[in-house]
Amino acid sequence: MTAPSQHHATATPTEQALDSTTVLSWKAPISFAVITALLAVLFLTTRHSGDATFRLSAGNDLIQIPEVTLNGPVTTWTCIALLTAITVAAAALVRAKRRVPLWVVVIFAVIGLIAFLTWAAAGARTPVIPLPGLLAGALSLSVPLIFGALCGVISERVGVINIAIEGQLLAGAFTSAVVASVIGQQWLGPIVGLFAAAISGVLVAFVLAAFSIKYFVDQVIVGVVLNVLVIGLTSFLFSQVLAPNAALLNSPPRLQRIPIPILSEIPLIGPMFFRQTLIVYAMYVIIAAVYIGLFHTRWGLRLRSVGEHPTAADTVGINVARTRFWNVSLAGAIAGFGGAFFTLGAVGAFNKEMTAGAGFIALAAVIFGQWDPIRATLAALLFGFASNLQNTLSVIGSPVPSEFMLMLPYVVTILAVAGFVGKVRGPAAAGKPYIKA
Amino acid sequence: MKLELRGITKKFGSLVANDHIDLTVEAGEIHCLLGENGAGKSTLMNVLYGLYRADEGEILLDDQLQHFEGPGDAMRAGIGMVHQHFMLIPVFTVAENVMLGHEQTRTAGLLDLAAARAKVREISDRFGFDVDPDALVDDLPVGVQQRVEIIKALSRDARVLVFDEPTAVLTPQETDELMAIMRQLKETGASIVFITHKLREVREVADRITVVRLGKVVGEAEPTATNAELASLMVGRAVELTVQKEEPDLGEEALQVEHLTVVDPVGQLVVNDVSFSVRRGEVLAVAGVQGNGQTELTEALVGLQSRVQGTVRLDGQDLTRNSVRRILDAGVGFVPEDRTEDGLVGEFSVAENLMLDRADGEPFVKAGNVQRGFLAEFAKEKVAEFDVRTPGIDTKAGRLSGGNQQKVVLARELSRDLNLLVAAQPTRGVDVGSIEFIHKRIIETRDAGVPVVVVSTELDEVTALADRIMVMYRGKVVGIVPGDTPREVLGLMMAGERPAASGDAPTPEGAAA
Repeated sequence: MTAPSQHHATATPTEQALDSTTVLSWKAPISFAVITALLAVLFLTTRHSGDATFRLSAGNDLIQIPEVTLNGPVTTWTCIALLTAITVAAAALVRAKRRVPLWVVVIFAVIGLIAFLTWAAAGARTPVIPLPGLLAGALSLSVPLIFGALCGVISERVGVINIAIEGQLLAGAFTSAVVASVIGQQWLGPIVGLFAAAISGVLVAFVLAAFSIKYFVDQVIVGVVLNVLVIGLTSFLFSQVLAPNAALLNSPPRLQRIPIPILSEIPLIGPMFFRQTLIVYAMYVIIAAVYIGLFHTRWGLRLRSVGEHPTAADTVGINVARTRFWNVSLAGAIAGFGGAFFTLGAVGAFNKEMTAGAGFIALAAVIFGQWDPIRATLAALLFGFASNLQNTLSVIGSPVPSEFMLMLPYVVTILAVAGFVGKVRGPAAAGKPYIKA
Repeated sequence: MKLELRGITKKFGSLVANDHIDLTVEAGEIHCLLGENGAGKSTLMNVLYGLYRADEGEILLDDQLQHFEGPGDAMRAGIGMVHQHFMLIPVFTVAENVMLGHEQTRTAGLLDLAAARAKVREISDRFGFDVDPDALVDDLPVGVQQRVEIIKALSRDARVLVFDEPTAVLTPQETDELMAIMRQLKETGASIVFITHKLREVREVADRITVVRLGKVVGEAEPTATNAELASLMVGRAVELTVQKEEPDLGEEALQVEHLTVVDPVGQLVVNDVSFSVRRGEVLAVAGVQGNGQTELTEALVGLQSRVQGTVRLDGQDLTRNSVRRILDAGVGFVPEDRTEDGLVGEFSVAENLMLDRADGEPFVKAGNVQRGFLAEFAKEKVAEFDVRTPGIDTKAGRLSGGNQQKVVLARELSRDLNLLVAAQPTRGVDVGSIEFIHKRIIETRDAGVPVVVVSTELDEVTALADRIMVMYRGKVVGIVPGDTPREVLGLMMAGERPAASGDAPTPEGAAA
């Protein structure tokens, strides 16, 4: 070896980072202040003097936890004082050129929520908030959102924006209802229905994949059109075929709840997570599988490389079009499978446009969850919780106008995506067709 | 491994990018492929690498005929490529990038990152690279990213290595190191194809030289050939490599920049406390490796950056935090770094592009209507004056070659009464003929008494144009030196070493190169 070694001694003297300064963001303190002020005005103008009771166990639970009763005015104003303190602290942090950590935001949200719930319950006809019911219901409402979000995470990570989640959920709901009804029987029908739902999701995904990957049609436009197509098709078939033959085609046997021994007896979260149907248990497995798959397997590494820098993936021998096509299809299968929850898990029959925008909320969960399957799941849970809060409050006869409460999930969505997400980097090549010379 | 290309032809529509190209690279040889931008060098290598399918011709490795369906096949056959635009996933770690495409897995299909890390370390040690396998590629300086590209190719046991314009992003010192690495690879028996348009590098490292022009092989040359011989072979006629210019006729200080700082969205000071001034009739060249704040500096001068501190004054008028419109109205001409992205609207005609920044009033617009007749006359005049080779003024600007696009941008900016010209990378990706023309016009602008700021990463361009040179490194000014400062000194400054004259002694690190 005659290579002159002194050349290697010259380390690149460029390794140190640039000088930097903190870009001040007043977003957190300002939103804290606005929310605190709004709550204070609400509590001032509509005073509720009663008590609020939080029920922590359902009647048939093995372990009973006593109820917690909070005095309305005392609790709400204590909370307002705390919220004000957090706002001031956040402002001081920003002034000292430091970031407001996430846990402060979480504490703020929890205190704000307690204040709001106490206030709402104190003025209700039955001033009792059944927390187990609230949480279990929240999970139920989150299930299709989570499936939809996982679908979105996979397809965006591979570089295809999937607006058609709504259509895929709806197709899954429709197909599973019909297939399960035709087959009937306690177990066989719903299980075959689940698979049929997944296949219908794949079919919708095929259209998206073919147009956006093979023919380079704008992905957002294909997605929107697909949604309209699936809504139109299922609504037509529903009114023309399903409704007249409801007994034969639209009365699927519902999936039974399977309580898991011991785990389902954990106070509060046991019933929420472990007294569920097969779909929900499958969901836990799929969340874990997608997470591990994306970040720890060859499949995930290649998938992400295609969504970040398709040319680079191509130069190491990865077939970009094929990778995109099959993963978009896989994502479709997940969404279709989740769509079955509407008919087989929740309602028990198909209805026109029964997904009611869940696919779009799932899309918001993808972005709020920063394209990470676990965070997207948490975001979907948050949106599900907001929806069920609305249900619960209207059931206990809270004085909050129901029209206002109906807005809640969407307000939470907008606040979450616009307010707290800020600048997040999605997959660099998402939405961009890969055109080879 | 011996590489042989026979009669490779590749057409894009009616354009023949490669016309029956023959090339033989022996094992243990560094073979330079020399040619201008657009001569078809990269196309040829993409054919070799399986990214493009050749219309005609064959590829042989050790006299075995090859059929590449894609880059995967080429890699399996032992071809590795260090791309001009790095083929690295910025959000992946070094180890993940190196393993991508030929991943080893453990039980249950989980990625074997430990093996990938070991591979990166092993190759790094072999060549004396200092690369952390767990660093995110995005956080690495470009010089190190290039080493990751080399590691990536070597980890697949490449025996033919193609370096596509590898020195474009490197400091002179890093370039020297790269040449040493290439020689070291050659010692191990690899064949190396080195694509470049820089004559100096070719003569330093090449064993043989093949010159390509307009998609054809126009000749072979020995490494002993002179710059002028190589240049005329490359361009097809005698070229003037130096710019003819008189001593500057300096006027009063026109542009004064004081303590200019630009903060990017995540809080990094991409331009850090920069102060300088330019006099009327003077060219200040801003030198530095790509990505050391030059782009942001020029954007701050014309009002395109939002988080700016410090002051910019032109002829006494404070331009800081003014709108782009008002800055342009103050007589600032701007040739942006990326003409296709920021300089032109590709889908607009040449004529429309010539009036892009004049759409706010007379004479181009009267009562809200574009004066087509006036515009046509104006455009014809400018096309003739700036020698823009275009089928007509209604041709879409995106259809023109790089050099002609740049002439359109220059024509537009120089057609106003200027008090300052800011030109960023004015000749990047431009053919030699256009480079001569553009340089001439920049010097003419200077001689008309306009202060000129030229940003360039090419030292040849910097030394050709500059009356004074400001070197930037990591957002800061390393020093402002006279235009005739030797290249070696500039090279050290580009790596962050202060020149000895400015007081600080150079650190010992720089001495080795």
